[in-house]
Amino acid sequence: MARQVISAVLLLTGAVFCLLGAWGLVRFPDVPSRLHAATKPQTVGLMAILVGSAVQLAPRHAAGLLLVVLLQLVTAPVIAQRVGRAAYRTGCVRHDLLVVDDLARQRGRSARRPEPPGPADVGGAEPPPTPGRAG
Amino acid sequence: MTTVYTITYVLLAAAGMLTVGRLLVGPTDLDRIVALDVLVILITAGVTVEIGMRREGWNIALVAVVALLGFLGSVTAARLVERKGSEQQASERHRSEGPEPGGPERQEPERRGAGH
Repeated sequence: MARQVISAVLLLTGAVFCLLGAWGLVRFPDVPSRLHAATKPQTVGLMAILVGSAVQLAPRHAAGLLLVVLLQLVTAPVIAQRVGRAAYRTGCVRHDLLVVDDLARQRGRSARRPEPPGPADVGGAEPPPTPGRAG
Repeated sequence: MTTVYTITYVLLAAAGMLTVGRLLVGPTDLDRIVALDVLVILITAGVTVEIGMRREGWNIALVAVVALLGFLGSVTAARLVERKGSEQQASERHRSEGPEPGGPERQEPERRGAGH
């Protein structure tokens, strides 16, 4: 009985978190804030649902579900980092909504860095590929 | 307990509808990628609720595989969009300012033909 109560509370909490994440996905204005709504509440909701189902199962099946929890904890930051980086590089970020923009500072510094004098590089043409043993 | 499962499924279905709305509306490709990732998470959550409801463990492997496939798909699509956008920016820069030696985004030409 206690298991069922714990499971019910976790399942409802997880579903509410998933719904809040999806609502934020609809409401938020640009890609990084939508990403914020898509990664954190969704991950918490999925973890709550997985644990709430794992409470009711046999221990070996519950171990499988906990493995999925671990997998989600590892992969969600990777997705967020890749998508956020792509959003910044392709210009899908509203800069008037940002408070701190560290990447702009990095870009400005790297743009101001004087280029090394390399007369061989100025030609712009790549060296022709050498035929023969390349394959 | 049946009420709990019903409420959970209703909330997950509402979340899925909102996500599909963002998937259809989404102004950029990255919005659609994020929405697809959320949709994969919601499908995983639904299958997990079904596992807990029936107390059978035969499709836990399905849950793990769906989670991994969602991860791979999202990362690959984000990388594709990033490369496409940086190529567009580089070509615009090329058109407006002239050739720029050693642009940081154009240094991997050999990977473009690798995906047969």
